[in-house]
Amino acid sequence: MNPAGDLNILLQARDLLVRRGGVTVLDIPALDVLSGQILALIGPNGAGKSTLLLTLAGLLKPSQGGFLFGEERVTDPFAYRRRVAMVFQEPLLFDATVFDNVASGLKIRGVGRAEIERTVPGYLERFGIGHLSRRSARKLSGGEAQRTSLARAFVTRPEIIFLDEPFSSLDPPTRGGLIGDLEKILCEMRTTAVLATHDQTEALRLADRMAVMNGGRIAQIGPVPEVMNHPADGFVASFVGVETVLPGRVVKVSDGVFIASIEGGREIEAVGLVRPGALVLCCIRPENVTITTKSDHTRTSARNVFPGKIWQITSLGLFHRVQVDCGFDLTAYVTRQSLDDLDLVEGREVIASFKATAVHVITRQATPPA
Amino acid sequence: MDLILEGIIKAFSLIFTLDAEVLGITLLSLQISGTATLISLFIGISMGTAVALTRFPGRQFVVSLINTGMGLPPVVVGLFVTILLWRNGPLGFLEILYTPTAIILAQAVIATPIVMGISLAAIQHLPVNLRLQILALGASRIQMVWILVKEARLPLLAAVMAGFGGVISEVGASIMVGGNIKGYSRVLTTATVMETGRGNFDIAIALSVILMLLSFLINALLTQIQQRERPR
Repeated sequence: MNPAGDLNILLQARDLLVRRGGVTVLDIPALDVLSGQILALIGPNGAGKSTLLLTLAGLLKPSQGGFLFGEERVTDPFAYRRRVAMVFQEPLLFDATVFDNVASGLKIRGVGRAEIERTVPGYLERFGIGHLSRRSARKLSGGEAQRTSLARAFVTRPEIIFLDEPFSSLDPPTRGGLIGDLEKILCEMRTTAVLATHDQTEALRLADRMAVMNGGRIAQIGPVPEVMNHPADGFVASFVGVETVLPGRVVKVSDGVFIASIEGGREIEAVGLVRPGALVLCCIRPENVTITTKSDHTRTSARNVFPGKIWQITSLGLFHRVQVDCGFDLTAYVTRQSLDDLDLVEGREVIASFKATAVHVITRQATPPA
Repeated sequence: MDLILEGIIKAFSLIFTLDAEVLGITLLSLQISGTATLISLFIGISMGTAVALTRFPGRQFVVSLINTGMGLPPVVVGLFVTILLWRNGPLGFLEILYTPTAIILAQAVIATPIVMGISLAAIQHLPVNLRLQILALGASRIQMVWILVKEARLPLLAAVMAGFGGVISEVGASIMVGGNIKGYSRVLTTATVMETGRGNFDIAIALSVILMLLSFLINALLTQIQQRERPR
């Protein structure tokens, strides 16, 4: 099945195998990168994210298999590399000014001075480093250096950009600002991107789809809410956490509380500073969801109350994962005690509720996947 | 004490009156050691970079050889270059023994491992991912190597200094393959050895002062470039 619907596949990897010293470090039977979308590769250190990125960027020759870019098979990595770009965890700047660093990709391509002078300043501005143009790259802060590195990659107008944990060496406030700017630029330029990260918040904010990697393989791939709401196995669940993720649009805002309309016309009340019309992801952790039976639901003080039907109960040892169909899927953790007290079984009609403050809101620039 | 004082006074008068012979020796020294350094830069940087960027069996051994070569005794080089250029030696047909060319050859042999060793270290010291980043920016292999060398330009300046400093002050090889022929293959160091042997301490001191001044000036110039380039 093509998960993309009507989206074009830009990059198509088949039977990719990378062995190092007799050990298979990457084994990807199939991976599609969809045009205009952002794919997050998420997983712990050593999961193979960087290896996959390097291979897809044409910087590492796979031991076996290959990939199609557009319609063509990539056979000449040099020509391919001139159509894509990659940003690493370290900024890896040259010992030159910020301007010359950003211009380097163009210079390498033999672009003339006049055109470089015309093109580069716009990208410096975009990444908020216009005032640093003449500064030596060695005198930049971590955030400024990574902005320079990103501008250097984007200025060549890559058809696809590979980002290898570009924010992980930055402190949290710097990281936040840069993620916001990158989100805007990716959206504006409609650049296809593959982002490796071990931080699911980055994936939630930036990505359309996510692939959870473990031991050189893709454990699960799909639209972000789908992976978050329905982890395919224990590893994915333990890594991304079982969180209900609901894409929605803000319909009403008052006094820091807002109402977002989600799928099926249902509304969620949450706390956050957002504008009406903004696209948001509402994330609800299962331990914050309360399940009650019909008889006592009036006692709840929660603002979000949804009647639904339990469709699955999974034992997790100390507690149980209860999945309720409320018109959307909502996951709750329930202790064995409560399970018995409330007599919860699959198929039972229940009331699921959570507080407005329990909703973790992520504002999104890009259109969330349908 | 008088000996030293008189020597120094005579030395400075020789320098400031631009004594023709002293001037000639100085210029020849500069020319020979400068050429030898240039040759060693060309060979040393390219081979040092090549070894730094490639993996092959026995690489570790080659690196050890280069590092050993950085301390090659000039007399040993002088001996082998002499044998090489001897009338019935392998390169005897060139008939360049006891010429400035022979000195250039010997000095280049001394300086090349120094430049190679420092280049090797300088290129290897760059971040591992920098090579990948340069390729990711669309560079060809040749462009990548060129950019790497440019990135290592500050440590490579040290290679220039070390190479030049090594050969301008070297005496063993120069005297063996050059012959210290007056007005032809006599350089600062060989002249100093000869004048000292003859007891002409004033001229010997003058030559030594010039030698030290030259070393100082060239290193000061390169250091200035290096410090100006380095961000504060």
